[in-house]
Amino acid sequence: MLRYATRRLLFAVPTLLAISFVLFALLDLAPNDPTGQLPLTIPPEVRAQIRDSMGLDQPFPVRYAKWLESFFVNEPLNLIEEMFDVQIGDSSARPRVLSWATRGPVVDLIVERLPQTLWVVGLSYLVGILIALPIGIVSAYRQYSWFDQIGAFVSMVGFSVPTFFTGLLAITVFSVMLQWLPSIYDTTHEVTDLASFWVQIKQILMPVLVLALYNAAQLSRFMRSAMLDNLNLDYVRTARAKGLRERVVLLVHVLRNSMIPVVTMIALGVPTIFGGAIITEQIFRVNGLGQLLVVAIQGADIPLVQTLTFLFAVLIVLFNLVADVLYGILDPRIRYE
Amino acid sequence: MRKRIGLIALWTAALAACSSEELAIEEIPPQQEADEDHLKILYWQAASILNPYLSSGTKDVEAASMVLEPLAHYDDNGTMVPTLAVDIPTVENGGVAPDLRSITWKLRQDILWSDGTPLTAADVAFSGQYCLQAAGCNAAPSFADVAAIEALDDHTVHISFGVEKPFPYRPFAGSVSPVLQRAQFADCLGAKAVACTEQNFHPIGTGPFQVEQFRANDVIVFSANPHYREPGKPAFATATFKGGGDAASAARAVLETGEFDYAWNLQVEPEVLERMAAAGKGEVLAAYGTLVERLIVNQTNDDPNLGPGGRSLYLDGGNPHPFLADPAVRRALSLAIDRQLLVDAGYGAGGRVTCNIVPAPAMYASSANDNCRTQDIDEANRILDAAGWLPGGDGVRAKDDVRLSILFQTSTNSVRQGTQALIKQMWKEIGVETELRNIDGAVFFGSDPGSPDTLQKFYVDIQMYTNNFDGTDPETYLAGWICSQIPGPDNQWLGTNSPRLCSPEYDALARRLAGTAALAERAAVAKRMNDVLVQNHYLIPLIWRARLSARAKTLKGVRLNPWDSELWNVADWHR
Repeated sequence: MLRYATRRLLFAVPTLLAISFVLFALLDLAPNDPTGQLPLTIPPEVRAQIRDSMGLDQPFPVRYAKWLESFFVNEPLNLIEEMFDVQIGDSSARPRVLSWATRGPVVDLIVERLPQTLWVVGLSYLVGILIALPIGIVSAYRQYSWFDQIGAFVSMVGFSVPTFFTGLLAITVFSVMLQWLPSIYDTTHEVTDLASFWVQIKQILMPVLVLALYNAAQLSRFMRSAMLDNLNLDYVRTARAKGLRERVVLLVHVLRNSMIPVVTMIALGVPTIFGGAIITEQIFRVNGLGQLLVVAIQGADIPLVQTLTFLFAVLIVLFNLVADVLYGILDPRIRYE
Repeated sequence: MRKRIGLIALWTAALAACSSEELAIEEIPPQQEADEDHLKILYWQAASILNPYLSSGTKDVEAASMVLEPLAHYDDNGTMVPTLAVDIPTVENGGVAPDLRSITWKLRQDILWSDGTPLTAADVAFSGQYCLQAAGCNAAPSFADVAAIEALDDHTVHISFGVEKPFPYRPFAGSVSPVLQRAQFADCLGAKAVACTEQNFHPIGTGPFQVEQFRANDVIVFSANPHYREPGKPAFATATFKGGGDAASAARAVLETGEFDYAWNLQVEPEVLERMAAAGKGEVLAAYGTLVERLIVNQTNDDPNLGPGGRSLYLDGGNPHPFLADPAVRRALSLAIDRQLLVDAGYGAGGRVTCNIVPAPAMYASSANDNCRTQDIDEANRILDAAGWLPGGDGVRAKDDVRLSILFQTSTNSVRQGTQALIKQMWKEIGVETELRNIDGAVFFGSDPGSPDTLQKFYVDIQMYTNNFDGTDPETYLAGWICSQIPGPDNQWLGTNSPRLCSPEYDALARRLAGTAALAERAAVAKRMNDVLVQNHYLIPLIWRARLSARAKTLKGVRLNPWDSELWNVADWHR
C-alpha cells in the first residue's frame, strides 16, 4: 500500500506541473485586464505603466518561470522560516507571489480566508453527510414507503434548485420578513463566550443549511442506491439465516459494503470544500476562498487566480489518491500490489 | 464504521485547530449589534488595498479616505475646502504665483498623525515623490507637469509646474492624492512600493479613523483616531467597512434588514430600489456630479476586412466611417432617441436626461443643446431622406450599397443591456438596423493593447459607457478629444479620443483653455468645446447619472458628495 501511494505521489508531480502550465497559459490568453476596475479618469498611459509594474510587459515564458520559482521555491522556504522560526538565506530578497489587486502575498490571503471557508463550507459538508446517510439507509431499507417517496422528493428539490435561489429565499424569509437571522456574515466575529457563540450560530445557520441541503440531496440518493445493490445479495440472506438481528444485518453487513462507493464520493468531494461554495459565499458575504476566487477573476488578478486554481488542482489529485487508498482499507479484496 | 467515525473526528479536530488559530490572531473586541458607537458601511466591491496611489478601483480610494486626507477636498457642492491646509491658495491671497507656474500651500499647525507625531510639509513633499517615483501610480494625472515639490519650512509646501497651470489644485486636492506619512513609507519608494504590504494595508493617517484590522477583499475594522484634530469627532468609536456581494443585496442590508448603516453605489433597477425603500428603514440618496452615460460614434472605418493595419485607424483622416462620417446620420441617430424613456426604464431617481458631455458644475454646463430632450422620429426620417439615405426592401436605409447597419457594444450590465435594447428599437423606427454586443467590464474597460474588445480599440460602430472627471475642472477631461489623443498602434492604443474625431477648431479651443486663467472665460471656452462635441454628434450624451447610495434612518450627518469620496465627511456622521 505504501509503495502504491508513493508511486502515485511521484506520478502526481509531472501531472501537476502540466496542470500549472495549462492554467498559466489559459489565464494568459484570457482577455480581461487588471486595470479594468480603475475609474476611467485614469488615462491609458498610466494604465500601461500599471500593467508594466505588474510585470505584464515581460514575455510569457519569463512570467511562467518567475511564478514557478516564487511558488515552488520561495513560498515553501517562507513557510519553513515561519514555522520553525529560522532564517534561510536573505528572505526579504525572495520575491513572493503578489496579488495584483491587493499587492499583498497571495499565500497570506489564502491562509486568512481558510478558517471561514472551512467553517461554513466544511460544516455544511459534514451536516450534509449526517443528513444524507440516515435518509439513504432508511429509504433503501423501506423502499417505496412514504419515507422513501418524501426523501426522493426532497432530494430532487435540493439537487435541482440552485443555491442562489434557496439562499435568497432563506434571506427573504429569515432576514427580511422575520428578521431572525443576519443576511451578512461577519468574518471578524470571534467566539469568546456563550452569547457570542450564539451570534456565530445565527450567522452560520443559513449558509450552512442552504449548502447542506444541496450536498445531502446528491449523497442520499447515492447512499440509497448503494444500499439497494447490496440488500438483495446472497450474503445478506446468509446473515439473516444465521439468525443475526436485523439491526446488525443492516448496519454492519450491508452498510459496510455499501459505504465503499459512498466513501469514495465523499473523499472526492472534499476538494470542493476548499474551493468554497462560490455562489453561496457571495450571497451571504462569507468572503472565503470561493469569493476570493470570484473577485480575483473579475479583477483579472492573475497571480491570485493562478495560485488558487493550482492549489485546487493539487487537492483534487491528492484526494483522488486518498479515495483510492480508502477503497483498499474498506474492501479487503482490493490490493494495490 | 469505526473508521468513518475516525474520519469525522479528524475533521472536527481540523476545524477546531483552525478556529483556535483564528482566535489567537485577532485581538479586536467583539462587536455588539447595531450599537450607538459602531458605524457599519457596506461596499459591494470589497477594498483590496488602503493606499490610493496603488488602488485597483474607486472602492479602495474611498475606504482609504477614512484614514488618509489630502490638503483640500471638494464638498458636496463641488466647492474646494481646506482639509490639512489653512486655506485655499489663490492668486489674490498670494498662494498662487502670478505667472501661474507655482502654488504654495500653508499647512495647519495642529495636525497630528494617528501615532501622535505632527504632520509636516516634509510628509507632503514625500507623498509627491512617492507617486512620481512609483511604477504605475494611479494619481499620476494629478501630478502631471509638476516640476518640483519642496518643503519651504515645516508647514509650507511649494509646488512648481513646468507649464502654466490655470488650475493648479490637482496635486493633493481630493481623495485620490492624499498625504502619506513619510516615516512610515520611507522605504517604499519606486519599485519597492508594491512590496510594502504592511504599509499599504495599515497606513497611518490624519483622518477621523485608524485601521485596526485589514482583510484584503473582505473587511476593514477601524477605530477612532485618538489624535483627530476636532474634539468629540468622530461620533463612532469603531467602524466596519464590509465588502462583497452585489448592489441589490447591499441595498437590502440597509433599506430592508437594517443590518448596515450605509451602502455605496446602488445601480439597481429603479422599481427594485423603490420597493426596498418602502420598508422604511433607510433612505436612498442621489447626488449629481459629472457622470454622463453617452454613445461614442466611431469616425473611422471599423470594417474587419481592413485588418489590423486599417481597422478603426485614423490614418490622417484617410479612413472615414462609411456612414457615421456623415453628420446627417449622426444627427438622425441622436434625434431618434427618447432619453426620458431610457431614464425611466433603467435609472429612475438615479438619472436625468442630459444633452451635454459636461453637465456640471453649473457654470460649465452649456444650455445650447436642450433640443435633444425630445425625441423627433419624423425630423430624423426627414434628415435621412434629404441626405439620400433611402429605405431599401428590408426597411433598412441605404445609399450606394452602404446600409445603415450598426454594431453597438457596451459593457455587461443588466441596465446597460436594457438601454441597448430600447435604443435598437428606436433606431429601427428610422430605418437603422442595429446588432447588439456586450463585453465583460474587465475586458472592455481594461485597455489591454492585446485585446480587440477594449473601448480604445473600438472595433465597432457605436459604443456606450459612462465617464466623468475628477474634481470640478474639466480642462484635462475635455483635452481628451484632441487629435493627438486618437488611439492607434503608434501610441499602443493609449489615447482617450475613442471617437477618433479630429477638429482643428476643437484643438485650438483646448489650447486656449489651457492658457486661460479667468474663470468666466474658462467656462465660456469649456462650454464651446462641449458644444463642438455634442452638436457634431461625435458623442451623443444620454443620461446624467447620479451617485446613488443609501443610509439608515438612524444615521445622521450624511451629505452625499459627487465630487470627492462619498465618505468625505465621515467625521461628522452620527446617530
